[in-house]
Amino acid sequence: MDSARRNFLKIAGLAAAGLTLKPAGNAFGMGVIVPEPDGAAKFDDALSAKRWAMVVDTRKFTAQTRKAAVAACNKAHNVPEIKNPKHAIKWIWEANFKNAFPDLAGPHVPPQVEREPMLVFCNHCDSPPCVRVCPTKATFKRKDGIVTMDFHRCIGCRYCMAACPYGSRSFNYVDPRLHLGQTSVDFPTRTKGVVEKCNFCAERLARGQMPACVEACRNNELIFGDLADPNSSVNQALRQNFTLVRKPELGTQPQVYYII
Amino acid sequence: MLEKALQGSKIYWAWVVALLGLIGIGFFTYLYQYSQGLGVTGLSRDISWGFYIAQLTYLVGVAASGVMLVLPYYLHDHKTFGKLTILGEFMAVAAVLMCMMFVLVDLGQPKRMLNVILFPTPNSILFWDMFVLSGYLGLNMVIGWMVLHAENKRGELAKWVKILIYISIPWAISIHTVTAFLYAGLPGRHLWLTAILAPRFLASAFAAGPAILLLIMFVMRRVANFHVPDKAVNTLSIIITYAMILNVFFLLLEMFTAFYSNIPGHLHAFEYMFAGSHGKWAMVPWMWASVLLGVFSLVLLIVPKWRKNPKTLVAALITLVASTWIEKGMALVVVGFIPNPLDQYTEYAPTLPELVISAGVYAVGLLVLTLLFKIALGVRAETANA
Repeated sequence: MDSARRNFLKIAGLAAAGLTLKPAGNAFGMGVIVPEPDGAAKFDDALSAKRWAMVVDTRKFTAQTRKAAVAACNKAHNVPEIKNPKHAIKWIWEANFKNAFPDLAGPHVPPQVEREPMLVFCNHCDSPPCVRVCPTKATFKRKDGIVTMDFHRCIGCRYCMAACPYGSRSFNYVDPRLHLGQTSVDFPTRTKGVVEKCNFCAERLARGQMPACVEACRNNELIFGDLADPNSSVNQALRQNFTLVRKPELGTQPQVYYII
Repeated sequence: MLEKALQGSKIYWAWVVALLGLIGIGFFTYLYQYSQGLGVTGLSRDISWGFYIAQLTYLVGVAASGVMLVLPYYLHDHKTFGKLTILGEFMAVAAVLMCMMFVLVDLGQPKRMLNVILFPTPNSILFWDMFVLSGYLGLNMVIGWMVLHAENKRGELAKWVKILIYISIPWAISIHTVTAFLYAGLPGRHLWLTAILAPRFLASAFAAGPAILLLIMFVMRRVANFHVPDKAVNTLSIIITYAMILNVFFLLLEMFTAFYSNIPGHLHAFEYMFAGSHGKWAMVPWMWASVLLGVFSLVLLIVPKWRKNPKTLVAALITLVASTWIEKGMALVVVGFIPNPLDQYTEYAPTLPELVISAGVYAVGLLVLTLLFKIALGVRAETANA
């Protein structure tokens, strides 16, 4: 069924390729979708990159901007609000330094770093253990580095959750649709029994938009761009600042960089 | 031969009906879980595998342990095991079936189970686990049946069956090795990330599996007049003793590395298990119970006088099974998730539906085991009378 759906999307994309219509607003409706060589469908003014990466400038964040970024993501992706912390779905959330960097947090962290939480989310690793362990390729790494999921293929074995050393993955222990407020039509809701996580807003990039969290931050708190482009904003930030990645010793090669 | 499962005493039928009842209750509880989602279990965002996967892990060991009867007989011509290998093979069949069902009840989307085959992914250890487990199931079904068939016809074992038996010996090692690889290759899960996880699994399996089989044989001796040669009991209990010593030795090796290196990641899980940590200590009484039961069983097993006495041997076997089950069937999988990747401590306890569904799966395994053993005993009684 799922592969039939994919093929249909591809064929629909091919059929539309010759036309020069402006993209419709809905990536999952039948707008103008141009198939990429690797088969992924996208709009003709999509943002693309050889290697997407994010820089989190923790110095610039305020409690307000952190909340705004989380809220924007939750809204864009129909992330349910589940009160029971055991069943919570988290794509992007606040964590203290000692939790985000447990191996680095010595006894004398500056009080501001200790007090101010930072945003954590999927690191879109270059060598993602979640992709390595998935028995169905339901989670996979795209050519542009985004680690994402096919919710329709996931069997809910949760091997990826055991493999992710960042706790970035959530499982739908209950029906998420019962815990949604207003539903966004630009991203599918999920069913119970599948895993989900941050997808670097692949669906928004395909429509030419920056990730929701990045857009919600007005002061360059989150810098998103192409690591392969030496002039990109991420590369500028990485050149000018000393950055950390989470748990580099595990060899996952995270592509979310933190300025502390 | 199948008809032999249909002729039995009242006790036999009462046992079968009781198991069917448990299976029914388990099945309806599973329907409840299926409709509500895995939220009815104690699993959480932090502890995403629990009782089901722990049972899978334990039972893979039980399945593999059949080789402890097969290997001495077919490779070393240890004759007293001749009449017992069939029990090891049939126990493996029942155990692997339970393993598969424990995976199934753990899936969030069981309807999509076949995706593992439709989109085969050799870089996933789960793919290989499925492969070796189903292979082992097939091998033991065919071997068990053909061995019994030969006994029934009073004929020789066909050559191709012998070849399958030789294949099944390393295959048994492979199922528990691959199951250990499920855990031992995950970055950041320090309790599991150890090269001796596979040997540890094998050691505890070769202690617990034959112990369970020996206990079953003692039960069968009572209820079904099953003849267990003393020499076989003796050899098996020596195998169990050595395996248990190795198991404890391996665990102590893990602890040495953790405590002497003093590396936090290696220490945390052991601290949590044996002393509690961050105000959480749910596992502490269980772990100490496991230690005490394990030491108790080892003392009874190591002293020859007690090992050879049927009463103390039974006590040793029961405590050994309890000890290894706590360690592997409860602690190892769950504590691997504690603390979580963000160094936070969440605890886990199975819920009632989870336990009832597990009981249902165990009942299926016991039913299969009962039917297969009944057939084996029936064939044996017939050939003995003739």
